[in-house]
Amino acid sequence: MSNKKTYHKSFIALLAILIFCFFINISLGSVSIPLKDIFNSLINNATEQETWQHIIQNYRLPKAITAIIVGSGLGISGLLMQTLFRNPLAGPFALGISSGASLGVALVILGSSFFGGVLASLFISKWGIVIAASLGSFLVLLAVLAVSIKVRDTMAILIIGLMFASITAAIVSVLSYFGSAEQLQQYIFWGFGSLGNLTWHDILILLFIYGLGIIISVLSIKPLNTLLLGENYAKSLGLNIKQSRLIIIIATSLLAGTITAFTGPIAFIGLAIPHITRQVFNTSNHKILLPAVFILGAIVMLICDSIAQLPNSDYTLPINAITSLIGAPVVIWLLVRKRKMVF
Amino acid sequence: MKNNNQHIILKTEDLSIGYTSKKAKTIVASNINIELHKGEFVGLIGANGIGKSTLIRTLTQVQAPLNGSIHLNKKNVVDYNPLDLAKVMSLVLTEQIASKNLSVFELVALGRQPYTNWVGNLSRNDIEIVDKALIQTNLCDLKTKKCFELSDGQLQKVMIARALAQDTDLIILDEPTTHLDMYHKAYILKLLQKLAKETNKTILFSSHEIDLAIQLCDKMIVMTDKEVVSDEPCNLIAKGTFETLFPKDLISFDETTGTFRVMN
Repeated sequence: MSNKKTYHKSFIALLAILIFCFFINISLGSVSIPLKDIFNSLINNATEQETWQHIIQNYRLPKAITAIIVGSGLGISGLLMQTLFRNPLAGPFALGISSGASLGVALVILGSSFFGGVLASLFISKWGIVIAASLGSFLVLLAVLAVSIKVRDTMAILIIGLMFASITAAIVSVLSYFGSAEQLQQYIFWGFGSLGNLTWHDILILLFIYGLGIIISVLSIKPLNTLLLGENYAKSLGLNIKQSRLIIIIATSLLAGTITAFTGPIAFIGLAIPHITRQVFNTSNHKILLPAVFILGAIVMLICDSIAQLPNSDYTLPINAITSLIGAPVVIWLLVRKRKMVF
Repeated sequence: MKNNNQHIILKTEDLSIGYTSKKAKTIVASNINIELHKGEFVGLIGANGIGKSTLIRTLTQVQAPLNGSIHLNKKNVVDYNPLDLAKVMSLVLTEQIASKNLSVFELVALGRQPYTNWVGNLSRNDIEIVDKALIQTNLCDLKTKKCFELSDGQLQKVMIARALAQDTDLIILDEPTTHLDMYHKAYILKLLQKLAKETNKTILFSSHEIDLAIQLCDKMIVMTDKEVVSDEPCNLIAKGTFETLFPKDLISFDETTGTFRVMN
């Protein structure tokens, strides 16, 4: 149809921007490296200095790839939640996924003094934190799921998710009260979020689970479109609501849960990217929205990360703060300038 | 029985409707025996709180019957899987759709969901059916408009077009004329009557527009606190069924004009 052509153009433009941002992201960092050497190292040619190649292949490239995974994954999980809950305020974190992860990490870092000695050092290792965050978000999600089987109303589930978030936040603050200054600092640093701590090995694991989440999301395109009519209409169109709801929640938790586990909580992306995409593409059709959110999420995350690492300086700002600082005004601007919040 | 007009689409047998809670059953209405034939235009009327919505909800499988059975195309509805049911019965509900950011075409095309592939791609046949539904409901000019740009009456037409595109033998509408002005109430019901005739689909709607329903319907289902009767409107008038609809202190039914009048 006539619309399809314009969508094609937008997608090609977005992909071009994505590739551009990817190179910008890799070329910026605390050490300035000439563009020529960046290309050389990417295609595995020798660079002028060996350290440059090391920096790019083991530090900047994994970070850029992580940024793409985080941006697209959180964006898509936000899109799924907003459609499922028919609520523009829903995001991957409304279900308590991030608070669950925070609780897990807080228990490990702040509660380690309770476990004592050798056990503590084992727990505080990176994998300890990843596992704790995954377990935490998974358990909170299980609780939300258990409730969602009993409660038919999706709005109620959303509120229950928020209540779980409050409970976990309360437990975290009790733990922080008793924790030592050092532990507290470690916990707060995790809360800043970071894209740069992943090795290639970590990325492979993240990529596997993320891929699974993306595949399930793509398979959910048709149910998601049906849900745009509301649950009763969707049911009258032959959709198995309970099953679809479960599948969509699983996809969200796979995406948001693992990403949060590896990078810490990253604010704003999951909530805002779907809104920005709807404004840009002016559609609610998930066949268009899903790939568009994917690309836009990756672009925004790459931009945020480029800014966070303060080019040519030794400082790296907390990514969590940057995503909010950049993104929130963009959403406000879009909504004020274009029109009411469409959903 | 082979005669097209005699083909029974919907049949209820000793149906009881109501609610079950842990403690007790609340029976709203019982002994409901209705037969709807192919291509019939049927109005369901009754006072507020008499159980019209409960009956609609039971017929559309939102809630289970307390007793008795419902047959669609001679098959018990409980034996249908959701997808097959969606190919036999489509709905127009009172609730607002969740997203009004859909275009008219997109929304009507969602009616094809039970027939499309896993990602919901429309085949040429699907597009033809959607276009036909848009023509039948005079919506071609609005095809590319977003739903939030439409008036209530236009939106109701779009929802009817969506049900048409679902291509089912039976379309059930829950109070399709609420929120509409007098002209559009008549317009929508007249349109539905035309569609029932043209497409030979059975259309059942609940409404408070008793006078319009008397003029337009092939058959009416009247719910009173004593019984549920279904018959042709003229027979119902002759039987005096409409007199029993409401308490008699304020309005009375005028048989000659087929309307209710306020008593002086």
